[in-house]
Amino acid sequence: MTAAWLTVVLVGVVSLVTKGTGPVVLGGREIPVRVRKVIALLAPTLLAALIATQIFTSGHSLVLDSRSVGLGVGALALVLRAPILLAVVLAAVATALARAFLHLP
Amino acid sequence: MTSSRKREFQSDVLAGIRVAIPLALAVFGFGVSFGVVARSAHFGLLAPLVMSATTFAGSAQFAAVSVVGTGGGVAAAIVAASLLNSRYLPIGISLAPAITGRTPRRLLEAQLVVDESWAVSHLGGGRFSEGRLVGAGLLLYVGWLAGTVVGLLGARLLGDPNRFGLDVVSPVLFLGLLRGQITNRRAALSAVLGAAIALVLVPFTSPGVPLIAASVACLLGLVRT
Repeated sequence: MTAAWLTVVLVGVVSLVTKGTGPVVLGGREIPVRVRKVIALLAPTLLAALIATQIFTSGHSLVLDSRSVGLGVGALALVLRAPILLAVVLAAVATALARAFLHLP
Repeated sequence: MTSSRKREFQSDVLAGIRVAIPLALAVFGFGVSFGVVARSAHFGLLAPLVMSATTFAGSAQFAAVSVVGTGGGVAAAIVAASLLNSRYLPIGISLAPAITGRTPRRLLEAQLVVDESWAVSHLGGGRFSEGRLVGAGLLLYVGWLAGTVVGLLGARLLGDPNRFGLDVVSPVLFLGLLRGQITNRRAALSAVLGAAIALVLVPFTSPGVPLIAASVACLLGLVRT
């Protein structure tokens, strides 16, 4: 098996198990109230962490580049109550322009 | 399932699909970048397509393919993908009460979980809708696969997908989802704290570790007010 296919199979198995464990082991069962209070915060917290790492990091460094410009434009569009898709398109255009004309990475 | 519960499930599925339409377009864009990256990493056509169909986890797929493409080896690729996917453990536990039925069905529905479908199925207060997860998950799956195909086939024409700013598609999408998730001050505080923990850890840890560590901020839920 080539490295590519081995990666495909193993990553697939890892994903199947990590995604499946909670619903298979605990599926359909009620969660205690205290645990649910913690879980209620998981969505905002993980989304914020995903945004931060996808915008402000490059490898192991913290950076401000064209992506920050795009995020700023996207955030402004969302504050002005633009639909998500419009905000995404404006952000991508702003990032592309900053990359092409301001020569930001 | 009784007929009234079945109808409710079906209307939840439709609601999930409706909410996920703009997200599916953005996920399509993310899929295009994955296809281009997989092509330049010499994964061929079939392997990345099978990966998108069976793994369906953008960030893990991206990381694994990039690591192998830059000569990092299969073992390092699996570690990177596992760390990036580790957030699906707590995410899966959060969804567990909502996912019902026999084991094979629960396992299958769990595979429709990605950040976006999970956020769409969150009804607030830690409760989730199975129907919305299935509706949103299926549409996002189609978007992800279609994007992968376009990226693989158009790789030569598209060149570097970041030229089009595609690398901000996913974070801005998450920002739009985050807007609906900040329902009180505690959620806002936990979000800021989570982002801060993640950024502080980035210089010192492997990708994925900052994300799972950020979830520690959720323990704020135990603080009495």
